[in-house]
Amino acid sequence: MDLFDKLQILADSAKYDAACTSSGVDRSSQGGALGNAVACGICHSFASDGRCISLLKVLMSNACIYNCKYCINRASNDVPRATFSPRELADLTISFYRRNYIEGLFLSSGIIKNPDYTCEKMIETLRILREEYRFAGYIHAKAIPGADSLLLNRLGQLADRMSVNIELPSQQSLALLAPNKTKEAILRPMGFIRERIQENTSDLVQYRHAPRFAPAGQSTQMIVGATQDTDYQILKLSAALYRKYGLKRVFYSAYVPVVSSPELPALDTKPPLLREHRLYQADWLLRFYGFEAGELLDEQHQSFNPLVDPKCNWALNHMELFPVEVNKAPLEMLLRVPGIGVKSAHRIVTARRNGTLDFAGLKRIGVVLKRAQYFILCRGKTAEGLKITPDAVMRSLISDRCRAMLPEQAEQLSLFQTAITREDVTKCLTGEL
Amino acid sequence: MPDRGAVIYRYDGSFAGFLSVVFTSFEKKEQPVQIMSRDQIQTVLFPIKEIETDKEKASRVRAGIRSRMSENGWQKVRLGFDTCHPEKELLLLRFIRLGMRLGKRVCWMLADDTVAELENALKHLTGEAHQYKGFVRFSEAGGVLAAVIEPKNRVLPLLAPHFSDRYANEAFLIFDKTNREMLLYRPHRYVIIPVENYELPLPGTEERLFRSLWKSYYETIGIKERENPRCRMGHMQKRYWKHLTEMDPDVPPRIDGQDGLPTDGHKLKDRIQLTDTADSSL
Ligand code: SF4
Repeated sequence: MDLFDKLQILADSAKYDAACTSSGVDRSSQGGALGNAVACGICHSFASDGRCISLLKVLMSNACIYNCKYCINRASNDVPRATFSPRELADLTISFYRRNYIEGLFLSSGIIKNPDYTCEKMIETLRILREEYRFAGYIHAKAIPGADSLLLNRLGQLADRMSVNIELPSQQSLALLAPNKTKEAILRPMGFIRERIQENTSDLVQYRHAPRFAPAGQSTQMIVGATQDTDYQILKLSAALYRKYGLKRVFYSAYVPVVSSPELPALDTKPPLLREHRLYQADWLLRFYGFEAGELLDEQHQSFNPLVDPKCNWALNHMELFPVEVNKAPLEMLLRVPGIGVKSAHRIVTARRNGTLDFAGLKRIGVVLKRAQYFILCRGKTAEGLKITPDAVMRSLISDRCRAMLPEQAEQLSLFQTAITREDVTKCLTGEL
Repeated sequence: MPDRGAVIYRYDGSFAGFLSVVFTSFEKKEQPVQIMSRDQIQTVLFPIKEIETDKEKASRVRAGIRSRMSENGWQKVRLGFDTCHPEKELLLLRFIRLGMRLGKRVCWMLADDTVAELENALKHLTGEAHQYKGFVRFSEAGGVLAAVIEPKNRVLPLLAPHFSDRYANEAFLIFDKTNREMLLYRPHRYVIIPVENYELPLPGTEERLFRSLWKSYYETIGIKERENPRCRMGHMQKRYWKHLTEMDPDVPPRIDGQDGLPTDGHKLKDRIQLTDTADSSL
């Protein structure tokens, strides 16, 4: 088969997987022949859709025997099929890596013959890379649900990160769209990987040279918008996965209709990018800002506010806690101020030890005053010339990025429709400040 | 600082030269209105004082900064000199004055004018260096990997340890067209030397094949329904495109009649592991 066709088919089939990061592990080439890994991850390019390209993201094969309805590679779909040989894929990876096109390999696969056989092919590819070429770059491998645990174990020893994609956030959705998969079948390998990572940590304490198991941890992905599952359900599930399975990342992928089926959104449906964006923002808040899922959404509010980000939304609903004095507020509170990110919060704490901060100083530090100004005081004062009108507030709190993503008519929606009314905001803001 | 008549300092553009400038400024209690390097050609309005580079003075300044402003402060000065801030010398001089007065806490005064300006310049430098860790594109010719970059800041010193580690057993070079210098690596040592000009050799068959495969991969991996040129531009500014294989209009996204990869495993293995003994053309 023509090499260009093959690469195209197998990259095309893999592109809907959102995880392309190479982060989570620091490793020097010491002892290895080629390559290293950098904990913060490196983007090598950006695709036409603006997403980072870090890894060579391909399927081992798209000749899948399963029939998940949302998937372009399902057995009943009439598409060209291709399969890499392990040697071919390993050589391609090395040749790209040497030219610094990529950070490493992201290998996933449709089910060829059966899960064990598929897993063996993937292992052989990784074995060539790690053992023959002594490749020390990044490898992310998808665990194949249903494969023997010995095989998963071997895969995990060769890879930096492993993932099992949940894809559909509820049992009902799975039953509807992925008849060959069950929640059980997905969570079992996830649990197995978690245990192996934990055991491995204690092994490493005892024997420094114990083979490492997925040192960059495990991640998963959920498709957003293929089913009726709400933001709240998805976020709750993420929070539970972080807690119970010690996941490093949950990725969200706005559903792009590739197949027509009565159970799925119509083919001309636009991918829900704004929803995906909000989920990432909320996910960030869970991981780095000390928020709980229940603080951002609840039974009564199952969807994110399309107009303001989840942190802003939370703040507007808790105006009784604001404004905060930046020179005194504890770090945890600074983190909850819209317009103050993790970095700026830490910088504020550092800088205020060496003198009182004013608004100009905050700006120099990197605080987004346009948003933060409504929620903070400096030396007991609000920002000079701060005008609180619903319009001004609205303009400052909706990010340009989101405005661009909103459908036309949404601009006319009342800003706080889903959370609180506009009067409430004005009242809160003017009352408090 | 008493300002007895405006004066311009001119030095040789080297880091040691700059430290000599600092020495003179402190010794003479003089604040220059401008600090320029000798290769800058410019008509000026004020008298010029030529500052000779003096290793002895430079090392005294270094020791002074280190002990008064901590190692951290010294690193900021050293790195600050590689930034593309248009008046980096004056900025650094201001930072050093502040630091000598206030001690090491100057490093944490992030809300101060001078410190914030330096921090921003440093962020620009380290940010650009980080991006280049991804954006450098090597071409292989005669067993040597070669790349050309056109950064704004002087990033090679920051890239050197990264790539030396990544391609520990290879021979490679990166030419910085902006600053006219080259990073040369051979196991297990690197140097950065001034080089006036360098052009990549014409690509051979194999090199052309991998370039095309990469371009084909690049074009496939973007999701059409999510096309977002503005977002891409934000992450990967146009100024980088010139040296990015995937953005090069001359690289075809397909070469017909290609049934497999040209390299067989053994050849590849030799290439990535045995460069120690290989005769590299460096
Ligand atoms: S298992 Fe399901 S989702 Fe995976 S490739 Fe096969 S059909 Fe697609």
